[in-house]
Order: sequence, then structure tokens, then C-alpha cells
Amino acid sequence: MSYVRELIPPRAPPALLEKPLAPARIAGIVVLVVWAALAIALAFMMINGWDEDKFQRYGPRYLHGLWTTISLVGLSVILGAVLSAPIAFARMSRNKALNAIAYAYVYVFRSTPLLAQLFLIYYGLGSFRPQLESVGLWWFFREAWYCGLFSLTLNTAAYQAEILRGAIESVPRGQHEGAAALGLSKRNAFRKVILPQALIVALRPYGNEIVLLIKGSAVVAIVTVYDLMGETRYAFSRTFDYQSYLWAAIFYLAIVEALRHLWAFIEARLTRHLKR
Amino acid sequence: MSGFFSALFSALDPLCGPVGLFSLFGSGSLVACGEAGWGDEIAFGVKVTITLALATLPVGLVIGFLIALAAQSEDKLLRLAAGIYTTIFRGLPELLTLFIVYYGMQILIQAVLASFGYDGRVEINAFFAGMAALAVVFSSYSSEVMLSAFRAIPRGQYEAGDALGLRRWRTMLLVILPQLIRIALPGLTNLWLILLKDTSYVSVIGLADILRQTGIAARVSKEAFFFYGIACLLYLILAMISSVGLGFVERWAKRSEGHR
Repeated sequence: MSYVRELIPPRAPPALLEKPLAPARIAGIVVLVVWAALAIALAFMMINGWDEDKFQRYGPRYLHGLWTTISLVGLSVILGAVLSAPIAFARMSRNKALNAIAYAYVYVFRSTPLLAQLFLIYYGLGSFRPQLESVGLWWFFREAWYCGLFSLTLNTAAYQAEILRGAIESVPRGQHEGAAALGLSKRNAFRKVILPQALIVALRPYGNEIVLLIKGSAVVAIVTVYDLMGETRYAFSRTFDYQSYLWAAIFYLAIVEALRHLWAFIEARLTRHLKR
Repeated sequence: MSGFFSALFSALDPLCGPVGLFSLFGSGSLVACGEAGWGDEIAFGVKVTITLALATLPVGLVIGFLIALAAQSEDKLLRLAAGIYTTIFRGLPELLTLFIVYYGMQILIQAVLASFGYDGRVEINAFFAGMAALAVVFSSYSSEVMLSAFRAIPRGQYEAGDALGLRRWRTMLLVILPQLIRIALPGLTNLWLILLKDTSYVSVIGLADILRQTGIAARVSKEAFFFYGIACLLYLILAMISSVGLGFVERWAKRSEGHR
């Protein structure tokens, strides 16, 4: 009978290899240094160019512009949501004419630039002044703010209709059938079964759409609405100070990032029953 | 030879050529070609818009690809650097990016020239500034599309490339990239349509694109609704043409997938 009398002594682990500096790491460091340099240059520019007088004069205007942007976007998102519902249902209906009209609306508003739509409404409808006056709508189309609101609403309604339609169609057929088997009426089935599931699917695209609309709303500055971008352009045209654009960038980034994180939080909260 | 090509192009000009839309239907009206109407000016604007979008596309795609590569690398610092880029340029309005690039480059060049002792006013080319701004925005969006396409490609593909003895960049070029294009194509199609619409912003810094030319025509002729309507129609037609064209590209990219 033979067995091992002496165990082989454990050997030392292999020496750790010196990790070579990978090209990826070098690239990362270089780009980060560039970003840091830009950030320092930005901070330097702002501290160096700090002007109490300009701050006193344009600070409140910026805040007012911020409020204009937020109210414009908020209102147009809500009005767009209201307008998008009938469009989405028309798009899903079996009636060919209704379907074609809704499709044409969505297609036209999604494939032309917001700026062109805004010009068409503000300057274009402005040339029908006598007719609009006779119908009593001139007060609406005379104001740049209302025109901006109108075009943003029409634009976002087209996008939101597609989001809503996609979400409702994403609910599986079985859910309709299950609701019918339970004896729910069509209306109740839609309200209690289909819509809650659809809105959860639509949550993320809605968030993206609001972000896109905040960014898109900057175009109203071109038709003389003093939103955040408009105030920025005003400040720049008075002072020729490049900082005015940097401040606007900070404001916009702050709004968009805050909204993105808020939306991620809301989504995590609302879908916590779906986590496995 | 170039004379022949320019003659060919002017003969095939879809707006103001011999069989162009404006020459056939617009003669005698506001959109007639030549001195009488605004047809040729608008046709020039269409050309500028298309050129700008086509010139931006490859630049934006290449930068977007590099950003996507950085965003999916194993190195933390590189991922962070790419993340900062996409966060900034996806969060800023396109219009603001355009202004920042336009005036920022002007100030930068002026500062550099001033350090060399040149003290004049520098006017930067609006086309170039527009292209840079649009490329930056396009690349930050396309990097997201390509990043999700990268994630859709299984690790085994890289390992198979290694097993075949291909170098890393050959694996990328021969194995990964063809699949990446196929997966990312629908997203990139969307981004192209968005890019086409975003070119309208350059009219604000004075580049003679569709919207600027129709705007001038509207102001001079006092027919704002008509001309801005034409602008919308032209963008609509461009979008339709590109979605038909991209449909072909998509079918071409899918040809190896077989019929299902």
C-alpha cells in the first residue's frame, strides 16, 4: 500500500504582472484633462468676467425667461396631451378617412422642422389679418407667445399621439379578451385594464418628449418671445458678452438633467410592482 | 468633364431644371425661376440644406462611433469622458449649441490670432459652424444608438474573432461593424430625419438654406403663408425621399438575414 507521505509544499502565487498603461486609459485621461481644462476655462471666464452691474440688470431677466420657458413647455405638454388623444384614437380607428387624416397630421408635423411650423403660424397666419379679425381670433395670433404655444402644442400633439398609440397597441390582445370574459364593458375595460398598462409603457417616451420639447422651445426666441433663449439673445445683443450663452447652457442643462432624474425616479417608483 | 457634369446636374435639377417643378408649374407666378420669381433662390436653399445634411452625416457618424466605442470600453475614465460629452450635448438645445459653437469659435480664433499680433475682426463661415454644431449634436445621439447596438452583439462574436487569430481592429472591422450597422440602422434612420429638420436652425446664423431663402422671399413679397408653406412642403418632400431611400438601404442591409 502506498500513499503520499509528504505533501508538496504550497507554492507562492505568481508575481503580479505590472499592468501596462492601456491605450484606452491614456485616451480616457487625455479626454478627461480636456474636459477639466474646459471646465476651468469656463469657471475662469465667469469669475474673471463677473460684473455686478450686468448681474443686477440681466439676472432677473434670465429668471423671468426661465419661467417663460417652463410655463410654455408645461402648458403645451398638457394641451398637446389633450389634443393627442383624439388623434391617437383616429389613428387606431377602422374608419379609413379618419385614419388617413390622423396619419397625415402626424406625418406632416413630425417631418417638418418646428422652426418652419412656427414661422408658418406666426408670420404666415399674420398675413390673414383681416380674415382673422373678422372671426375674432386676431388677438391670439397677434401675440408671439400665443403663436409659440400654439405651434409647440400642435407639434407635441403629433409626437404624443404616436407615443399613446404605440403604448395602447403594445397591450396584448389577451388583456382585451380577459376583460371581455369578465363581463367588463368596453369603456370600463379600457379605463381599468388597458390604459394603466399602456401608460406605464408610455412613461419613458413621454419623458423623452418633454425633454425634446424643452430643447425645441428655444426656437420661440426667434419670433421675439423672451423665453430663456430670448433673454440670452437680448443680453448678448446688448453686451456682446459670450458668458450670456454659457449661463443659458447651464440653465438648460440643469432643467434637462433635473427632469431626467425626476423621471427616472418616477418610473422606478411606478414600475416597482413589475420588478422581478 | 466638369462642364459636362454641371450641365447634367442643371438638366436634372428637380426644381429649376428644364423639367423642374418650379419651371413647369411656377412660370409667371411667385416661384418662377430666374429674375421674375423666387424659384431659383429657393432651389439654391434646397441645395444648401441637402449639402449641409450630407456633409454633417459622415462626420457625425464617425464621432458617434468613437464616442460609442469609448462608452463601452472597460476603462472607467474613458466611459466617464464619453458620458460627459453625451450628457452635455443631449441636454443643450440645438439652437444654443449652434450659437455657442458659432460665437465660441469666433472668439477662440480671434484670441489665437490676437496672440500672434493680428487684430482684425474674424467672421467664421456659417456653413462650417452649422456643420460643427449639427455634427456634435448628431454624434451624441448616434453614439447612444450605436452603444445599444454594441450591447446587442454577443461576446462570443469577439471571442470567435480572437479564436480565428484576427487582430482586434480586424475583428471590429470584419465581424462587429457589419452587424452593428444592421442593428443600428433603424435608429440612425430616425436620426437622419431629425438631422434634416435640425438643418433649419442654421438659417438663424445667416446660412442661405431653405428656410432663410423662403423667409427673404416672404418678407419681400409679403406672401408669408405661401412661402413658409412651400418651405414646409420642401422639408416634407425631402423627408419622404429619404425615407424611401433609407427603406432601400435597410432592405440591402437585411439581405443576408434570409426570408422569414
